Amino acid sequence: MTQTPARPADFFDQQYGMSTASLQRVLDRTLSPQIDYADLYFQYEVSDAVSLEEGEVKQGSKQVNQGVGIRALAGDKTGYAFSDEITVPSLEAAAGTAREIAQSSSPSAGVAVQGAQAPAHDLYAVQVAGTDVPVQRKLDLLQHIDSFCRAYDPRITKVQTSFSSVHKLVLVATSEGKVVGDVQPLLRLNVACIAEAGGNRQNGSAGGGGRIAFETFIEGEQYLDLAREAARRAVLNLDAIDAPAGTMDVVLGPGWPGILLHEAIGHGLEGDFNRKGTSAFSGRIGERIASEACTVVDDGTIPWRRGSLNVDDEGTPTSRTVLVENGILCGYLQDRLNARLMGMAPTGNGRRQSYAHMPMPRMTNTFMLNGESTPEEIIGSVRSGLYAVSFGGGQVDITNGKFVFSANEAYLIEDGKVTRPVKGASLIGNGPDVLTRIGMVGNDFALDTGVGTCGKNGQAVPVGVGMPTIRINAITVGGTH
Amino acid sequence: MAIDAQVVQALLQTAHTRGASGGDALLVDSTSFEAQVRLGDVETVQNSHQKRLGLRLFFGQRSATTSTSDFSPASLRQLLDDTCALAQAMAADECAGLPGADEVASTVPDLGLCDDSLQQLPPAERIAMARDAEQAALDYDSRITNSEGGSYDSSQGDVTYINSHGFVGHYRASLASLSVSSIASDDTGSMQSGSWFTAGRRMDSLQAPQALGQEAARRTLRRLDARRVPTQKVPVVFEASVAAGLLNHLFSAVSGSAIYRAASFLTDCIGEQIAPDTVTVYDDGTLPGAPGSKPFDGEGLPTRRTTVVERGVLRTYLLDTYTGRKLGMRSTGNAARSAGEAPSVSPTNFYMVPGAATPEEIIASVPSGLYVTGLIGFGVNPVTGDYSRGASGLWIEGGELTYAVEEITIAGNLRQMLADIEMIGNDLDRRRRVMAPTLKIREMTIAGS
Repeated sequence: MTQTPARPADFFDQQYGMSTASLQRVLDRTLSPQIDYADLYFQYEVSDAVSLEEGEVKQGSKQVNQGVGIRALAGDKTGYAFSDEITVPSLEAAAGTAREIAQSSSPSAGVAVQGAQAPAHDLYAVQVAGTDVPVQRKLDLLQHIDSFCRAYDPRITKVQTSFSSVHKLVLVATSEGKVVGDVQPLLRLNVACIAEAGGNRQNGSAGGGGRIAFETFIEGEQYLDLAREAARRAVLNLDAIDAPAGTMDVVLGPGWPGILLHEAIGHGLEGDFNRKGTSAFSGRIGERIASEACTVVDDGTIPWRRGSLNVDDEGTPTSRTVLVENGILCGYLQDRLNARLMGMAPTGNGRRQSYAHMPMPRMTNTFMLNGESTPEEIIGSVRSGLYAVSFGGGQVDITNGKFVFSANEAYLIEDGKVTRPVKGASLIGNGPDVLTRIGMVGNDFALDTGVGTCGKNGQAVPVGVGMPTIRINAITVGGTH
Repeated sequence: MAIDAQVVQALLQTAHTRGASGGDALLVDSTSFEAQVRLGDVETVQNSHQKRLGLRLFFGQRSATTSTSDFSPASLRQLLDDTCALAQAMAADECAGLPGADEVASTVPDLGLCDDSLQQLPPAERIAMARDAEQAALDYDSRITNSEGGSYDSSQGDVTYINSHGFVGHYRASLASLSVSSIASDDTGSMQSGSWFTAGRRMDSLQAPQALGQEAARRTLRRLDARRVPTQKVPVVFEASVAAGLLNHLFSAVSGSAIYRAASFLTDCIGEQIAPDTVTVYDDGTLPGAPGSKPFDGEGLPTRRTTVVERGVLRTYLLDTYTGRKLGMRSTGNAARSAGEAPSVSPTNFYMVPGAATPEEIIASVPSGLYVTGLIGFGVNPVTGDYSRGASGLWIEGGELTYAVEEITIAGNLRQMLADIEMIGNDLDRRRRVMAPTLKIREMTIAGS
């Protein structure tokens, strides 16, 4: 397999002739008196995936995804063109298209492109790209997990595992003369099990990874924890009863249930919706939107995390943004365009799925900080309710603030004790309201295992979430009885 | 760098000399355009051109799939090296392989999938359509106070599929859509958004901008002053556009890839009565000009009309070559292929045959229940059929639509929901490749206040 070179600026220069002079020439072509700002986003991404089913190697795939996106901004207008061909002539043609939005053909004032700079952080320096690790080692990993799951319980009848590696080189060049590159590794394991007993068939899954080296991932065999989770959930669900329906107190476990924050408030605080006034949180900075125990941040600078970035996809350093402090709404997540139009500073949240997509404000790792209570106190405080420890996906209607997310591991709480497992429970609530109902916040903060992907306007980006155990007073549980 | 069918055939030849027993390739060349207008002003204009080659090679029953958009001779050599190495690292899979040479399409019918006038429409006119549609929504009512904009999208693709049986097939397809999302506010300042879209392969299949914008506005306004309702069990009517979601779940449940993994609530159900005898469902890739039509599938097999559910009885699963072999059946021509991935089972035009009742007649049949116009969340378990999603819509009282409802869930089990289909509308929504008419389900659980 190819050894992928490390420095993005050198790579795009050597491979595609994107020297400083070429970058300058294309940016010059893009600019005109009406254009406030222009940027180029180069991407060279190698990805591979292997999967195993019924103990046999099912599929191997490898992809190279390269291309460039050119953007021209004029006021609140954006012109964008992208191509998978990285040559100066095709870039010049695309530059013309991007510039058309300002309806001008006059030449530009000229850009002084500087040499490439290193990104602000160095959060995930990986020596060997995941895509350069021999396939056999990944297959051995999957074989190990497969046999582990089968040995976990005789009722496990199907096991499906997959492992994917991404190695992405990006280079951002802007009309302000800035050139910054980043190398972004990403690994992800997925394990799905089906358990069967007497005609009852249930599934369980788990996954994890991050911007880490393959060696780090397999060290200490922590991946077996994920395998165990998948198998345990499938078997557990064999005994699960239908979820209750109605309004009740709900305790969310630590880690991945932090998806609550992502759906209930995170999206609603993205700059684009707030600039346009279409979010249920529009114009509410400084207002109390949560109980005093709640502090929520978005932090793209946590080393090795799936949601972290050294620089965002516009070249802005990522940062830690406090969204809610002791219950008071205090910040939005911004990209360049929306920050400028709102008179705010970019927060390093301008992200895109690929060169074929325009950047927009997106979350990185979004989580709630620790409180005072122990998880036992929190569960013990509920007379009758639901304890949810793992979730599938969630979704929010930004404008009216209603969000939904679905549990894939949950239990009844009866008289302060966790009792029977339940299946098929969704939670539905109202974003601006739900955090005011958080009655207790635990001291057992955890981040998720590195599994989240967020979708917005058709673009998928990797994200992280986290939370300690919390108690929500009265939220609607959407079961069947 | 130029690439065409000859270059790809030569690549498959070289693979053969390197020991590959067979292979296929997909070449996709596409352009797209997108314009967004908000509050009358152009907000974004986007243009693209992409060309991508996907290569799949077999070494006996070992296989791998790779893709690239870099067509330099060095890159293609690398692609071939990587594919050979990857395939040989895989274990043999007895079901892997190309379809039989006798199965591939012998002709490539013209299904009217490409409208060149879309490509020729000047950008200014495309932008004008988005602007007119948005304006119609803004002008519709004073309670429409804001907008997420109007948007016009179009794309055109050139697809070439080549395999080592000697099949070379080519077709062109276009697609255009126009959408509006508007925002309404009530007296208290609380907001609701609502949207509508039109889509088609031909210019003349798009709804007029004015009518589209007005429909978006109506859908937004009817969400205002929404309430919650108490937890209860009632009949639920799915508007056609959301009923398509139920058909999507049905498709997933009859897809060969879920069946051979026993990951479907319809595993081992062929021949069983899964729905009332009023329910018939087809998958038909041959409908002229339809969104899911194509002359051959991702493995070069002719598309066809497959009866999936006939008068309530499940007749077949939908299969590509691999899942067919896994189940001891033949492909139904449902292989879909993107350049970078191995074929997978996908619907062509998957739809429920419409019934006789108008949506109004269906609503009139409900003494007290829910008319669902929007769903959010992912609370659907394909293995068990357990279903619980966030819903919004209108409350039905005495057979008439009354107030708006929100922040509730509807829950049930898809197996039971299929059996409980009580009425089928005459209003098939043809905008997407999975299509449904209005559907009435006898009873579901609403969780609310």
